[in-house]
Amino acid sequence: MSAVLVALPKYLKIYRVSLTERLVYRADFFLGTILRFLPTVTTILLWEAIYEGSKKDELGGFKRDEMIAYLLLVHVSRMFSSMPGLAYGIARDVRDGSLKKYLLQPIDMIAYLVAYRGAHKTAYIATTALPYALLFFLFRAYFPPFPDALTLTGYVVSLLLAFLIGFFFEASLGMMGFWFLEVTSLLYIVGAINFFVSGQMLPPDFVPKPWSDVLKALPFKYLAYFPAMVFLGKVRGWDLVYGLVAEVAWAACFIVLARLLYRWGLRRYSAYGG
Amino acid sequence: MPIIEAVGLTKTYRVAQKKEGFLGALRGLVRRQYKEVRAVEDVSFAIEPGEMVAFLGPNGAGKTTTLKMLSGLIYPTRGEARVLDFVPWERADAFRRRFALVMGQKNQLWWDLPAADSFQLHREIYSLPLDQFNQTVGELTEMFGVGDLTRQPVRELSLGERMKMELIAALLHRPQLLLLDEPTIGLDVVAQVTITKCLKEYNAHRGVTMLLTSHYMRDVEALCKRVLVITHGHLIYDGALSGITEQFGRTKLVKLQFLGETTPEGLDEYGEVTERVGPAASLKVDRARVPEVLGAILERYTVVDMSVQDPPLDQVIAHVFQEAAKQMAPV
Repeated sequence: MSAVLVALPKYLKIYRVSLTERLVYRADFFLGTILRFLPTVTTILLWEAIYEGSKKDELGGFKRDEMIAYLLLVHVSRMFSSMPGLAYGIARDVRDGSLKKYLLQPIDMIAYLVAYRGAHKTAYIATTALPYALLFFLFRAYFPPFPDALTLTGYVVSLLLAFLIGFFFEASLGMMGFWFLEVTSLLYIVGAINFFVSGQMLPPDFVPKPWSDVLKALPFKYLAYFPAMVFLGKVRGWDLVYGLVAEVAWAACFIVLARLLYRWGLRRYSAYGG
Repeated sequence: MPIIEAVGLTKTYRVAQKKEGFLGALRGLVRRQYKEVRAVEDVSFAIEPGEMVAFLGPNGAGKTTTLKMLSGLIYPTRGEARVLDFVPWERADAFRRRFALVMGQKNQLWWDLPAADSFQLHREIYSLPLDQFNQTVGELTEMFGVGDLTRQPVRELSLGERMKMELIAALLHRPQLLLLDEPTIGLDVVAQVTITKCLKEYNAHRGVTMLLTSHYMRDVEALCKRVLVITHGHLIYDGALSGITEQFGRTKLVKLQFLGETTPEGLDEYGEVTERVGPAASLKVDRARVPEVLGAILERYTVVDMSVQDPPLDQVIAHVFQEAAKQMAPV
């Protein structure tokens, strides 16, 4: 534990330098946010049509307004949990030998990448907060009353844990680069499946039982579905506590997995290549 | 006590053999064939504190593999090494704080940020006290003559300026050992000369031990008195740079100036004529035959001026590499 505390300033500094670097790209972030919402507009129109056609007020436990709010909220979840380029970056560093710098300097690759990605996320969230606020203001009619302090705390915690799960899941995928030369196809398939199993495409409640239960037992729901449900007030009381405890446990599992794969991968790297 | 001590270092890679064509690739999926490649074979040497040693060899000779073992990036298949009294591939934190490896073809600095920001990051990574850090940065930027450039984004610097920044970054934690893999690759002559000059000055000033690989003999001659020559994974020479010519240079260059307007006939009886300009000629002569040839020439012609020189070092080295390649080639 004390070793972690001693090393902390080092990684905070990395976080600060990375933040400076990421802010070089603020115009790109701004444009990216606007472009990212364009597909959502079509999705919203699609769901409007589905509710219209079904003549029902509620589908899969979601009222029409809740559904629209849900689609916007999974975007916020993904802002924390998505890790574009992380897995690919690790695999590329292994392949082209850039991994060396982590082995030559007194620095831990995973801790370094957490700090770097944390800075990336901070810069992204800070520069896109304004357009998001505007968007949510425009869609305010679809949202339930603003959550109470306890729910809001739970929501923030679930988002921070979503960052950890997203990071260590992607990092574990990237470690595949130690064993396979090319991981692009693997990452593409995982990305496509993730869009569905995380609940970003639609809430798992829409899938028939028992499949919906299976989806909800998997860790991927924490990447999009779970935080959105907390904000909508659909996970309350002890359910919220259990949900968060399970999220912590999953985060821990992925941290251990990424560490183990890194250790085994390095052993292989040191024996065969470099 | 030596800074680097390598005993019988050997590295064998197992390389998958790819068959030709689509069918071959399919067959490879089912049953892979491997070939053992001996990158480094039984290499032993020791380097004392403060020495500057060049590691020479053609591409693929095993130089970089050896540097990788000494810096702890890869394990050897056999053999032992102690670097700064550590076993390098155990990668102890204390070991990593005491050396640096600079690769001419790899970037360590952040591309979009000024070098000064990367330096700050190094300060944190190596936990350097602020006073020491500021002093070192001041000394090094002055020595490399890049004072004003540290605030400019790295992507806007020239290749030479970038390499200087890379070296400064590598020296910030005052390593006792500096491993350099092709530090001047792709640089123009002026940048090359500045960098070798700075490295020499730094060595004199701080007593840092350096082991470098380079294909430019200019670097080697400027920096190193001692060289290690490696071909096909075998260390074939370990000694003074000047000794290479004696051991491997089989010829000498005899330069002659004759009386009159042109060179006389019959010179090729004594050796290979490499140059003829007016009354001057250069003759490549077997080392052992030099006294005999000189005697004969002086007797036969009227010579105004003459000198005997060793052939240029890079020619000797190229010859050594070619000979080694012939010996190793499968019959």
